[in-house]
Amino acid sequence: MNTNSKPRNGGGRTKGELLLEMRDICIDGFSDDQWHEIVKGVDVTLHRGEILGVIGESGAGKSTLGLAAMGFAKPGCRISSGTVVFDGMDLMAASEAERRKLRGSRIAYVAQSAAASFNPAHQLINQVTEATVRHGIRPREDAEQDAKELFAALQLPDPENIGYRFPHQVSGGQLQRAMTAMAMSSRPDLIIFDEPTTALDVTTQVEVLAAMRDIVDQFHTAAIYITHDLAVVAQMADKIKVLRYGNTVEEADTRVMLKEPKETYTKTLWAVRSLYKEEDSSEDIILRVHDVDASYGGVVKVLENVTIQVPRGRTVAVVGESGSGKSTTARVITGLLPPMKGEVYFNGEPLPKALKDRSKTQLQKIQMIYQMADTAMNPRHTVRDIIGRPLEFYLGLSGAARDRKVVELLDMIELTEEFIDRLPNELSGGQKQRICIARALAAEPEFIICDEVTSALDQIVQEGILKLLLRLQKELNLTYLFITHDIATVEAISDEIVVMFQGGVIEQGMKSDILHPPFEPYTNLLLSSVPQMDPDWLDNLLDKREKEGGMTSSGN
Amino acid sequence: MSTETNQGYSAAAEVGNVRARRTFADRAWRELKKAPLTAWFGMIVILMYFIIAVFAPLLAPYEESQVFEVPYAPAVYEDGWDPRFFFGTDQLGRDMLTRLIYGARNTIGIAVATTLLAFFIGGGLGILASIQRGWFDQLISRAVDVLMAIPSLIFALMLLSVFGSTILNLIIIIAVLDSTRVFRLTRAVALNVVVMDYVEAARLRGEGLGWVMRREILPNIMPPLVAEFGLRFCFVFLTIASLSFLGVGVQPPTADWGSMVRENATLITYGSFTPLLPAGAIALLTVAVNFVVDWFLHKTSGLRDEH
Repeated sequence: MNTNSKPRNGGGRTKGELLLEMRDICIDGFSDDQWHEIVKGVDVTLHRGEILGVIGESGAGKSTLGLAAMGFAKPGCRISSGTVVFDGMDLMAASEAERRKLRGSRIAYVAQSAAASFNPAHQLINQVTEATVRHGIRPREDAEQDAKELFAALQLPDPENIGYRFPHQVSGGQLQRAMTAMAMSSRPDLIIFDEPTTALDVTTQVEVLAAMRDIVDQFHTAAIYITHDLAVVAQMADKIKVLRYGNTVEEADTRVMLKEPKETYTKTLWAVRSLYKEEDSSEDIILRVHDVDASYGGVVKVLENVTIQVPRGRTVAVVGESGSGKSTTARVITGLLPPMKGEVYFNGEPLPKALKDRSKTQLQKIQMIYQMADTAMNPRHTVRDIIGRPLEFYLGLSGAARDRKVVELLDMIELTEEFIDRLPNELSGGQKQRICIARALAAEPEFIICDEVTSALDQIVQEGILKLLLRLQKELNLTYLFITHDIATVEAISDEIVVMFQGGVIEQGMKSDILHPPFEPYTNLLLSSVPQMDPDWLDNLLDKREKEGGMTSSGN
Repeated sequence: MSTETNQGYSAAAEVGNVRARRTFADRAWRELKKAPLTAWFGMIVILMYFIIAVFAPLLAPYEESQVFEVPYAPAVYEDGWDPRFFFGTDQLGRDMLTRLIYGARNTIGIAVATTLLAFFIGGGLGILASIQRGWFDQLISRAVDVLMAIPSLIFALMLLSVFGSTILNLIIIIAVLDSTRVFRLTRAVALNVVVMDYVEAARLRGEGLGWVMRREILPNIMPPLVAEFGLRFCFVFLTIASLSFLGVGVQPPTADWGSMVRENATLITYGSFTPLLPAGAIALLTVAVNFVVDWFLHKTSGLRDEH
């Protein structure tokens, strides 16, 4: 970056000066015809150049608090009391016009979903520089030149021209970085990052994290980093604040917090990542995917020569970044996508390629659990319908016998009978995923495909689901094919691991073989990109990669 | 190994996290209480029409086509009301009030039957097209495009003169022509539902087409369809009235509001409001249905007032 592109309003910035002070913030949200308190008296103090990590489960009030730092409340929310003082100016007392003047110029916001935050009808560079130009901070040509430099600093490919593309012409990771560039364009004093890397693959996440940290560091920008991923926050933040039910549980310096969390709740958050299953091998192969090629529409092959073996009663984890063919493999096994070449053998018998040619028994024995429990259950069906339908369909149960079995299944997934008449939107995220598990179990399957079943859940709820799956496997001798990109989940549940990359299988082996050296180069990249709970992890990794050169992510 | 410090989360706590569930009647009543005055007005008017249509023989003072010796009897004489003919008589001397009451039964009945048929055809094909995609979708969609390219009133006039103006023909022809619009709407909303995981889950379970259409997709596209049903009903109603007015719709002696307007239209020149009565009946029902549909659309489309 050129030295002459120094921020104009940042001349007098000194690190460590008090920038933001939020006192006793209370925020109400409107639902079910009344106001509920979402954030209950939280204090935030932030100095220049400091990054505060805010972590907590969904519904803890993280995002709402982040927006309140701009003096903003989402529609359906209101800031009921408390003060927000930004650089000596009381935002709560300021008029809406005055607050608008700050937003996009001195305070910027990076949203979770960049794809949803960019206007698909405009080129990136216009959107990146819009706030800067509109606020009159610098003229258009100047701002565009600066944006290109930011693109370069964020390691976007072809920084001179990428700005002239439209949002759909770049990848998710690139769009997320463009959004960071948008936030940096006006050289704000404060940036609020709201889960900016949650939607990215680990390999891309590393690059985005490194770029964001550098740029924040370079301009002494203060930042609030909201996430539910502890390992990520460990890399980014100077201080960590743990929120729960709208209250501060604990706040401390990152290193202190990681080493010796005080509160029980914080400790449980830390403990989740240490779930581990003892691996166990088996020779009895229940499912074999043999030399499968597949494509959508017959043009581009998304799977090539994929061979996977799944032993009975064990868990095989399929890992890889998005676009590596994990989910496509699942679609081939279930028959949704007939392969162009190759066979799938189940219990030694070849399965018909297309779904419609398979017998009811074949369908019954292979069940699937989806990533998004919300969309996997019909919102108009009650729990009784959802779990009861496979019982009716495969086992021919009806009436009281069916209901008895539904209650039995509910009991098996640790829920009670009173859930039977509920609709999916009356359940929490964890409960929904449990109902999906019960639906799969109702068919009395031998083999269950779990497609990222825990990745949409909070860490603590994840632990509950993983434990449930392990218990059920033991009790019912189930076999799982577990698709995931989260290495902690892999450690927690798998016996064997399949690593996939660009539609092919890199390697398959026992968990201990794959996760320990010697590594395949791609496996190494994937594993080393998974954030660790060590605050120096990112620095060490970047140093090491710089020295070794080597392979980088496929998508970027 | 997993550590057992698990105070933060337990299934028991999750079980305890139960929201009180309201019964359907309770929820419906809560919504009704919040409904605006216009919606209440619409619902009451529709209810009244419905009662009149159902109990027509009990409410009407005379037989449907009973002819009296005084044609064109005005409702109001210079010396006051005629106690026999509350709204006067028509060109053949039939009691206007009786005709109006029976007209409600015939016109609304035909319109409801037509709309239902249109939804059955259009909705069924729409959902099917969204599931099957490919050539089936292309074929139906293009056929619909062709049908929609022809002005529907003229097309209906032509078909009715070819096949003859029986009530059955009227219902079928208008239903087919109107089902094109229902098809487009259904296909569009069903396409959003078809891609959901629960539809895929149903297919993986091996469910047949009928189940997927009826149980998985239909319940989730009901709100826009119900709203469309109300609007479509109004248009069908007006189409039938127009066709009857043009003389190819409901044939005499069956009482029908559209033909009643036509038959008595000349009376307007004499300053009588008799021909305005059936026209007003049509207008009032259309407005009432629209009020209810507006409210329903507003409620289900998420166009809420922000707090």
